[in-house]
Amino acid sequence: MRITVIKLWCTVLALGLLPGMPALLNADDSLLPVIPEAQHRVSEAQGCVEPVEKMRKDHMEYILHQRDETMYEGIRTRQHSLVECINCHVSDAPDAARYGSTEHFCSSCHKYASVQIDCFQCHADRPVKTSRHNSLAPGTMRLHGKSVVEKDDLLNDKLQATAAGGTVHE
Amino acid sequence: MTNSRQLQPGALSMSNKSSFDSYRRRFLGGVASTVAGMGVAPGVVLHSVGHAKPAGDAVTGDVRWGMLIDTNKCAAGCDDCVKACDDEHGLTGFDRPETDAQWIRKVTLKDKQTGHTQTLPLLCQHCEKPPCVDVCPTGASFRREDGIVLVDKHICIGCRYCMMACPYKARSFVHETLQDQKPFAPRGKGTVESCTFCVHRVDNDRTPACVEACTAENHNAMVFGDMNDPDSELSRQLKKYNSRQIRADLELNTGVRYRGI
Ligand code: SF4
Ligand code: SF4
Repeated sequence: MRITVIKLWCTVLALGLLPGMPALLNADDSLLPVIPEAQHRVSEAQGCVEPVEKMRKDHMEYILHQRDETMYEGIRTRQHSLVECINCHVSDAPDAARYGSTEHFCSSCHKYASVQIDCFQCHADRPVKTSRHNSLAPGTMRLHGKSVVEKDDLLNDKLQATAAGGTVHE
Repeated sequence: MTNSRQLQPGALSMSNKSSFDSYRRRFLGGVASTVAGMGVAPGVVLHSVGHAKPAGDAVTGDVRWGMLIDTNKCAAGCDDCVKACDDEHGLTGFDRPETDAQWIRKVTLKDKQTGHTQTLPLLCQHCEKPPCVDVCPTGASFRREDGIVLVDKHICIGCRYCMMACPYKARSFVHETLQDQKPFAPRGKGTVESCTFCVHRVDNDRTPACVEACTAENHNAMVFGDMNDPDSELSRQLKKYNSRQIRADLELNTGVRYRGI
């Protein structure tokens, strides 16, 4: 009995609201999320790493897929990397918005759509531009013990002995 | 392969794998061959270019990352490796030494008979047969094809069985809510973590932060490299000098070896 009454009320409410709905949606644009601009564009024609329509719908699939590839297989392409999303979509200013604020790129939409994610309990929600990781091009370091040595050094016994971990007797 | 969760290379390939990657691979391939072809004085061989893995390629079992630590060169009171690790991964303490995260720590050994003391850094030994992986109920602990043992924190439930199982006390549990993690070192409350051999650096052809710091300070007590490559500095030293595994009796075939203990 009670359920029937509730159902009835719902129907009345819905019918009453329907004609007014389009007006309601048009009336207040401020209800829509304000999405911060990205820092760069991949190309003039296509802003993001995939067409924007696809990104809106499928970004989580791309990120999830990349997550497993990176974790288990060490694949570190940048196109679908969460770190790169953050680097491009969040400002590196010290007072840049954090996840949870409507001014943060990710939460601007998630809040609107009532989506709850836990990515940023662990992952950085802002770029860390000062990180040493980014300042060094691959291949410039010691190459895992196969260090690049100068010719002079290479011909020098002392260096070879030291590099090999031996004791040098003067 | 000790882990059933380990994925086959290519198993994750997406149907619309972008041309971006293949372009990048071709481009990098071109650069590598140019460098290799550059003239060097006769008789001088540069052992370099070797390891750079294109970003889009999966790691393979052809490589096994390992480390050799010479305890004779490890200076008492020096904790440069520990500081470098903390800095690299944003490991900040809460002034609770019992539970604060610790991926590498200095251990002092004392011979009771003679009173001789020595110190050494202890970290995850990246076991070939890791007990942490054996006991993990969710499959979160796993060993990568190239021998690096990691925790997939997306599926870790924080049960801490692996901490109990690890003979080296190498793992830590995150007890606190964290903020401002490093982009390449995601960490979060309720999950277990340990040394990753700086996997984000290794994948970019770089050396772990601890080794880099030790070398920069001229202690040269740590060597990192590919145990499967007979030409790597690591393999050369392992072949030349006597080294030991800690708790070799457990037959875990550790990736970290020590000299002078
Ligand atoms: S040292 Fe401990 S944490 Fe590291 S692989 Fe071995 S058992 Fe696992
Ligand atoms: S704490 Fe996480 S990684 Fe360790 S055994 Fe439990 S689920 Fe596995």
